[in-house]
This record gives sequence, structure tokens and C-alpha cells, in this order.
Amino acid sequence: MNAIDDYLATGTQALALHARRLDLIASNIANAATPGFKARDIDFAAALKSADTGHAMDRSHGAHLSAGTDPEGASAAVSAGYRIPHQTSLDGNTVELGTEQVAFAENAARYEATIGILNGRIQTLMSAIRGE
Amino acid sequence: MTMSIFDISGRAMSAQMVRLNATASNMANAGTVTGSAEDAYRARRPIFAAALDEASAARATVDVERVVAMDQAPERRHEPGHPLADADGYVWAAAVDPNAEMVDMMEAARQYQNNVEVLRTARSLMMSTLRMGQ
Repeated sequence: MNAIDDYLATGTQALALHARRLDLIASNIANAATPGFKARDIDFAAALKSADTGHAMDRSHGAHLSAGTDPEGASAAVSAGYRIPHQTSLDGNTVELGTEQVAFAENAARYEATIGILNGRIQTLMSAIRGE
Repeated sequence: MTMSIFDISGRAMSAQMVRLNATASNMANAGTVTGSAEDAYRARRPIFAAALDEASAARATVDVERVVAMDQAPERRHEPGHPLADADGYVWAAAVDPNAEMVDMMEAARQYQNNVEVLRTARSLMMSTLRMGQ
């Protein structure tokens, strides 16, 4: 069971992070006209790395508790940073729609790609289980 | 309850809709005249405020805090023949700048569309997630 978990873990974590980033960018786009709103985002590479280190812990004894990967927890632990705008606006809002739209499109494509990878892995597992 | 991407974009769309309604009211009243400066129509604008998610401070949607009348003086015109004119023959035209309203309308419509696009993308991603492994 653990082998299957490990096999799918990276994809699951990446998916949770992408989903969280999607929420953040949606928040930025929603607040494009809110005075004083500061756009936020997460550093995806760093976030995935920190999610992965939690998962490298080995169990040398049967009684040890599993460190278990918790994709939701791992992504929630990563704090969001503030975007640095190319140009400041008078009302203190740092949302630049161009930047946000590009980030959103990129993130959506990556989410879709991660689903593709996970689908491939699930197919592999299924054919192994069926013994095809 | 945590805020979903549908709450974020949905509430942002309602906020932009309030803004569009305010713009429409302003445009509709752009030509009106009254017999006193106090009664003259003044352009209305919604004030947006970010509504943070209690569960995760990074997520935020928009709320319309209130709608305020702009601090703009109505234009005084001398029209003695006007039925609403005061004793000195003056009327006051609504304090609305049609150009500013047009710009605001375009911006609100654009941002509304952006939120629709976010919703559409989120929905299709959700559907692919549901179909995973099939």
C-alpha cells in the first residue's frame, strides 16, 4: 500500500499546491480594483521541495508512526509571499492583471499536466494490478 | 467554512456588478438638472474592500463596503427660462463626468470578464480532476 502511496505522492502534492496557487491568483484577480490590496503568490519550486522533505522520513521499526505525507498540510505550511509590482499605483493596489493572467494560465496548464502524469501512473498501476 | 475559488470569483463578479450598476445610474443621470445645488445628482461609486478568508489569510475575495456619492460640485448654469430655475435664474446640472464613467464601465466589464474566465478555467480543471483515473 505504501509503495502505491509513494508512487502517487509527488503528483498529489503538486496538485494540492497548484490548487492552492489557483486560489491565490483568483484572489488577486478578484481584488484587481480593491484599493490597498497586495497581490500574493507562492514560490512553487520551494513549496514542492518543502513538501517533499517531509516525505523522506524512513521507518526503521514497525512501531514507529508513519510520517505520512499530507498534501493539504504540506501546502498549507508554505506561506504566501507578496508580489513586487512593476509599477506602483496611487491607491496602493499591487495587482497587475497581465502578470496575474499569465500566472493563472501557466498554473492551469501545469495543473492539467500534473493530472496527465497522475493519470499515466494510475493507468500503469491498473495494468500491473490486472496483470495485463 | 473555507472559501472556494467559486466564492472568490463569484463575489468579485457581484462586486463588479454593483460597480456597473453605479456607473449606469451615473450615466442615466448625467443630463439631469435641479433647482438647487443640494438636490443635484452626484456620481456614485462603490468602495471595494478585500474580504480575507479566516482559514487562510492569503485567500481573499471582494466586498462592497458601501456606495458613496462623489465629492464633486454640480455645475451651475444660468437658464432663466428653465421651469426649475431659482429666483436668480440658475439651475444645477448633475455632477457626472461621462468620460470618467465610460472608463469605469470598461474597467468593470473587463474585470468581470476576467473573473468569468477564472471560473471557467477552475471548473474545467475540477472536471479533469473528477475524471482522473478513468
